[in-house]
Amino acid sequence: MDLFEYQGKQFFAGYGIAVSPGEVADTVDDAVAAADRLGYPVVVKAQVMVGGRGKAGGVKLAANTAEAREHAEFILGLDIKGHVVKRLWIEKASDIAEEYYASFTLDRAAKKHLGMLSAQGGVEIETVAEEDPDAIAKIWIDPVEGLTEAVARAWVEEAKLNPLANDGAVELLQKLYTAFTDGDADLAEVNPLILTPEGKVHALDAKVTLDDNASYRHDWAEYEASQVRDEREQAAHDKGLQYVGLDGYVGVIANGAGLAMSTVDIVNQVGGQAANFLDIGGGANAEVMAGALEVINNDPTVRAIFINIFGGITKGEEVANGIVTALGRVKIDSPIVIRLDGTNADQGRAILAAHESESLVSKPTMLEAARAVVEIAGKR
Amino acid sequence: MSIFVDETTKVVYQGLTGSQGKFYGLRNRDYGTQVVAGTNPKKAGTDVEGIPVFANVGEAVAATGANASCIFIPAPGVKDAVLDAVNGGVEFIVVITEGVPAQDEAWFFNKVKRDNPNVRILGPNCPGIISPGKANIGITAGEIALAPQPGKPSVGIVSRSGTLTYQALYELKLQGIGVTTCVGIGGDPVPGTSFIDCLEAFEADPETRAVMMIGEIGGSAEEEAAEFIANKMSKPVSSYIAGVTAPAGKKMGHAGAIVSGGKGTAAAKMEALQAAGVKVGNNPTEAGELMVEIVKGLA
Repeated sequence: MDLFEYQGKQFFAGYGIAVSPGEVADTVDDAVAAADRLGYPVVVKAQVMVGGRGKAGGVKLAANTAEAREHAEFILGLDIKGHVVKRLWIEKASDIAEEYYASFTLDRAAKKHLGMLSAQGGVEIETVAEEDPDAIAKIWIDPVEGLTEAVARAWVEEAKLNPLANDGAVELLQKLYTAFTDGDADLAEVNPLILTPEGKVHALDAKVTLDDNASYRHDWAEYEASQVRDEREQAAHDKGLQYVGLDGYVGVIANGAGLAMSTVDIVNQVGGQAANFLDIGGGANAEVMAGALEVINNDPTVRAIFINIFGGITKGEEVANGIVTALGRVKIDSPIVIRLDGTNADQGRAILAAHESESLVSKPTMLEAARAVVEIAGKR
Repeated sequence: MSIFVDETTKVVYQGLTGSQGKFYGLRNRDYGTQVVAGTNPKKAGTDVEGIPVFANVGEAVAATGANASCIFIPAPGVKDAVLDAVNGGVEFIVVITEGVPAQDEAWFFNKVKRDNPNVRILGPNCPGIISPGKANIGITAGEIALAPQPGKPSVGIVSRSGTLTYQALYELKLQGIGVTTCVGIGGDPVPGTSFIDCLEAFEADPETRAVMMIGEIGGSAEEEAAEFIANKMSKPVSSYIAGVTAPAGKKMGHAGAIVSGGKGTAAAKMEALQAAGVKVGNNPTEAGELMVEIVKGLA
């Protein structure tokens, strides 16, 4: 789960990391009131989960009440790469002497935590990594050992920040590491991390991705409530289904993430375009199948549906009965092509055969089913 | 031969008394796996259809000689369950549970690696391991796997994805190709056992003549495997990577399956594997057909 900047800063503040004081505002009046309370100058910042907000005019400095009003009016409702700004973060402006970059994430290949620190902050770190890889000081941290002060200090020295920043950076990085580990983040990134003329180090931005698997041991209800999903994804989420909306017109239902991805692949490979990825999990009972069909059915772009089930533990006849029961419960607008394989596939196909029609076709292999569904969708 | 587990492996099921643990523990026993014990501190001294339940893995090992464990404990308890297994003295730990926090995985992987380097973890979030005809530990349906056939070459399977693992087993069975061992390594960020661990074991196993490897978008495990295949493997490999047409930045179900910034794409993985001499199919069926060709060449 990705956090908005203001949530990331609240998350950081919870671990004692220095951030600029600020307030959230959803209306122009609230934004102006917040700015007046904080004292000028302030920065008016669009809260959207997309990069390049500054360039799109979504981050502006206001020296007084009139400017705060002007910027808030401009930014609220602004469309930044398809994300419409509904919320602002009004922050007390900081004097900046230098800008750095810092982050913690998991290095899957090394199976260790990776810390990255650079004296070149405020820009895309990918660009720095490409053009001047030596400008990023990297450390790999054993999760069992953690980040000790001595290691953090050596790392900070290697990154060649302004020596004035060293003490503050060591302290902040250790707190950031704690936020990353204890806070169950997949990513904790600060860009820029700033040094003020007074020699203080603090986080001017916050990019945080939380590990959904750890939600049971945190109170993330507020973060969860503000997640932006499209309608289809929200409906699937409410039913506990793994769903990703895509741009095509063939609805996909499969059991298992790998098989679902594979199904999207094969639809695209035979000349169609998948409308979604939908994983109903290892089994395939009637209730889950009915829920999945409802989600797909409510997607107006879908012209035909491909159900791809491999019965392992769940036997073919149980899967087939599940599909038939689900079809009895949900009125489906689009024709369905089913590929059922695996344990007792023959029995399952026999059950489906009894219900076969123009709008319910069964095919024995993935490839044949994919071709059939794309052909049917093409005629509609 | 098989890798990692065979008919002599004695398994303790952590969470045997839960609904999932009981269902699969008994299924695995029916398959022929030596399911010797279960654990549950609150139900020590009882049994599940004749399988004795102990308070912890150490007691189960002392009483039954178990040398492997299979974990069906809910995600919040997995970290402690892994430590219980390690401290109890088993050397192979299969973690079926999905939804384990990444920080826990990273922590117990490194903890076990440092303090008990002889212990192998498989998973979390994996279907388990099956050496057809010998042992089945986990949730794979045993009947879709064909044991090695006398006089015919057998192959090994290693996969990051559950249902595609079953698909692979099944396609090979339909073709009459026996499997020495099929390892589902799982799609989580910190898998205890990697592609390379399995490829290395298959390379060393004389009965395994070729390997089928099923990968997924995201991460760089397939690229690392390609390097290993190019430099260290003499046996032929066929492969399929799921998510060829997945759009960038979309997370598709598995924690592992995300493409970002052009890295971890299926195209990059397929290219790396092809460069290493691997026969790469565009879908699971094609990868199966490629394996049939490979096996014909071996016979």
